[in-house]
Amino acid sequence: MNTTLLHAEGLRKEYKLPRGQTLRALDNISLEIMPGEVLGLVGESGCGKSTLGRCLLRLTELSSGTITFDGCDISSLNERAMRPLRRQMQMVFQDSYASLNPRRRIGDLIAEPLRVHPDNNGKKRSSSTIEARLAELTELVGLSTSALSRYPHEFSGGQRQRINIARALALSPQLIVADEPVSALDVSIQAQIINLFTDLKERLGLTYIFIAHDLAVVRQISTRVAVMYLGAIVEQGETDAILHTPAHPYTAALIAAVPEPVIRKNASRTLLRGDVPSPVSPPSGCRFHTRCPKAQADCAIVVPDLRPLPDGRVVACHFPLVNDP
Amino acid sequence: MPDDLPLLEVRDLSVSFRSRGRDVPIVENVSFSVDRQEILGIVGESGSGKSVTAMAIMGLIDAPGVKITGSALFRGQELVGLSQRSFRHLRGREISMIFQDPMTAFTPVYTIGWQIDEQIRVHEAISRTGARARTVQLLGDMGVPDPERTANRYPHQLSGGLRQRAMIAMALSCNPSLLIADEPTTALDVTVQAQILDLLRNLRHNYGSSVLLITHDMGVVAETCDRVMVLYSGRVAERGPAEAVFRQPGHPYTGALLDSIPPLTGPRPERLPSIAGAPPPPLERPSGCAFAPRCHYVHESCMILPSLIAYGTQDVACVLPAEGHPLPPRAAGAA
Repeated sequence: MNTTLLHAEGLRKEYKLPRGQTLRALDNISLEIMPGEVLGLVGESGCGKSTLGRCLLRLTELSSGTITFDGCDISSLNERAMRPLRRQMQMVFQDSYASLNPRRRIGDLIAEPLRVHPDNNGKKRSSSTIEARLAELTELVGLSTSALSRYPHEFSGGQRQRINIARALALSPQLIVADEPVSALDVSIQAQIINLFTDLKERLGLTYIFIAHDLAVVRQISTRVAVMYLGAIVEQGETDAILHTPAHPYTAALIAAVPEPVIRKNASRTLLRGDVPSPVSPPSGCRFHTRCPKAQADCAIVVPDLRPLPDGRVVACHFPLVNDP
Repeated sequence: MPDDLPLLEVRDLSVSFRSRGRDVPIVENVSFSVDRQEILGIVGESGSGKSVTAMAIMGLIDAPGVKITGSALFRGQELVGLSQRSFRHLRGREISMIFQDPMTAFTPVYTIGWQIDEQIRVHEAISRTGARARTVQLLGDMGVPDPERTANRYPHQLSGGLRQRAMIAMALSCNPSLLIADEPTTALDVTVQAQILDLLRNLRHNYGSSVLLITHDMGVVAETCDRVMVLYSGRVAERGPAEAVFRQPGHPYTGALLDSIPPLTGPRPERLPSIAGAPPPPLERPSGCAFAPRCHYVHESCMILPSLIAYGTQDVACVLPAEGHPLPPRAAGAA
C-alpha cells in the first residue's frame, strides 16, 4: 500500500479582525492525499479553498493543526528549514499574468527556481544544465523554444498558463497545488490546459490539489473531491460517488446549480435561497442550515461531525441524502 | 407600431477601430434581431466582439477613429449614428444595460436606493417619495430581502449577488423594453448565478422585457435563451433557436465549443476534445472562414469567406451543410 504524500490534521486558520471579531477561514480540516491522486477542492467564493491550498504549502501560516508531507512534519518548520522542501511542492495560480514578472523574459522566469535551488548534490546548476532543462520544460508544456526570449505580454492567457506550469515543474516537484488555474480561460483554451494537467500527471507521476469552483472541471480531472462550505469540509470522497449521488444537501445544490449546455424541458430546479452567510458570524449548529432545504430544528443546534458512509466517503450532515447502513 | 416587427433589428453592423494608421475590424457584418419578450444569447470567447456589438447598439462607443456602419433599428428608430442627446432619452428608459461587475456600475458614494431613485426621477416627473416607493418595490421584486433597509445601504455593504439584483432593479426601474445584460453572472457563484438567471428568465412575464444576454458560457445560454447567436472572431458563425443549435450545431466552431466543455454527467472522457490554437487577432483574420485554421473539416472551399446559409431553422456561416455534410447531432444533446 502507498504511504500518504500529504496528511493534514485539524487545520485551523483564524484572522483577527477589528473590534475583537475573528474570521474563521478554516475550521478543523483534515485530509490525506496519496501519491498520484488528484484531490479537487470545490466550494463557493469565501469557503476557504484557496486559504487551505496555501496553508498546505505553508504559504499562509496556520493557527493550529499539523501537516505531514512525505513523512515529515512541516507544520512548525521555519522558513529556512522549509526551503529544501519547497522544491517538492509548487503552486499554479489563477491569474497567469500577475504571476509573471512583466519585465523578465520567459526563459529567465522559468529558470528562476533552477537558479535559486541547488541541484540534488547541493551544487549550483551550470548554465548548460539550466539551458537543457528549459528545453525539456518547454517541450513538456507544449511551448516552442522561441518563447523563451519573449515577454509575458506577448502571450495569450492559455500560453501564459503553460509558462506558469513550466515554472512550477522546473524543480520536478511531487505535489502541485493549482488554484483555479483554468477559470480565467476561454472554454476552448480551458480544455487544452485541463488536458495538459492530465498528460503531465501521467508522464511525471504528479499529485495535484486542484482548486476550482467549476464542478465539471473538477470532475474531469480529480480522483477525489472535497466540498467546502464556510471554512469546513462538508463532504469528501471518490469523485464519481460524490457527483453522481451527493450525500450532503449542499453538494446536491451545487451540482443542481451548474448550468449545463443541454436544453432541458421544464427546467424547474430547486434553487438555494440567499447568499453564503458571513464567515465572521457563521450560523450555529450546521453552518448550512440557513440555506438547506432539508434542515430540521436540530440542525440549528447540533454541529454535525464528518461521518463515514459505507462507500468510504465522509459527510457532515445529520440527514444525508444517501442512506446510512 | 405594428407588433410583428422585431423589437431590435440589427443589419450588417460593423465596428472598426483605428490603430497605427490602420482600420482594425472588430465586428464584421453582424445581423440579428430580438423579438418582443424574447431572450437572445450572444455567445463567443473573449475578443469575439460580443461586448463591442452591445456597446455599439447602446451608443456607448465614443472613441475617436471608431467607425460604426450598418443599421440597428430599435422600434423602427435607427440607432447607428444617433446623437448622444437622443440616446439619452432611450438609455435607461427604453434600453438599459447591466454589466458583469456591479461594484463599478454603482458609484460607491451614494446609497443603492438614492441611485435608483435618481434614475427614475431623471426619466419621469415623480416625487421623491414616489420614486423611493418604486425603488423599494423593484428591489423586493428582484428578491432583495428587507428592501427598505437595503435601499439605504451603500454598494460595498452588499454581497455580489445582492449588488447584481440591485443593478437589475435599477435597469428595470423605467420598465425598458430591452435589457442588455453583459456577462451578468460571470462574477457570481453558481448558486447565486442560478438565482439571477431565474430572475432574467422571468422578466418577460413580469416586466414584458426582452433580454440580449451576452455570455461566454454555453451552459448559461442553454438554461436561459430562446435563440442564440455564436460569434467567432467578430463574425457570426451561427444563429438560430437555442434548442436546434444545441441539438445539432451547424458550425464546426459551435460543435467544438460544446464538445470542449467537460461534462457533469455521463462517462468522463480520458481527454477533452479541445480546439487547437487560439482565435486570430483582428488584423490577422483570414480572408476566408476565420475558423478554418482550427477546424477539423477544413478544405478548399473554406478559403472563401462563407456567407450565412439557412440550415433548417438555423443560419450557419459554413459550407458543410450546403455541401451535404452537416455535423452529426450531439450525443449529449438529449438529456
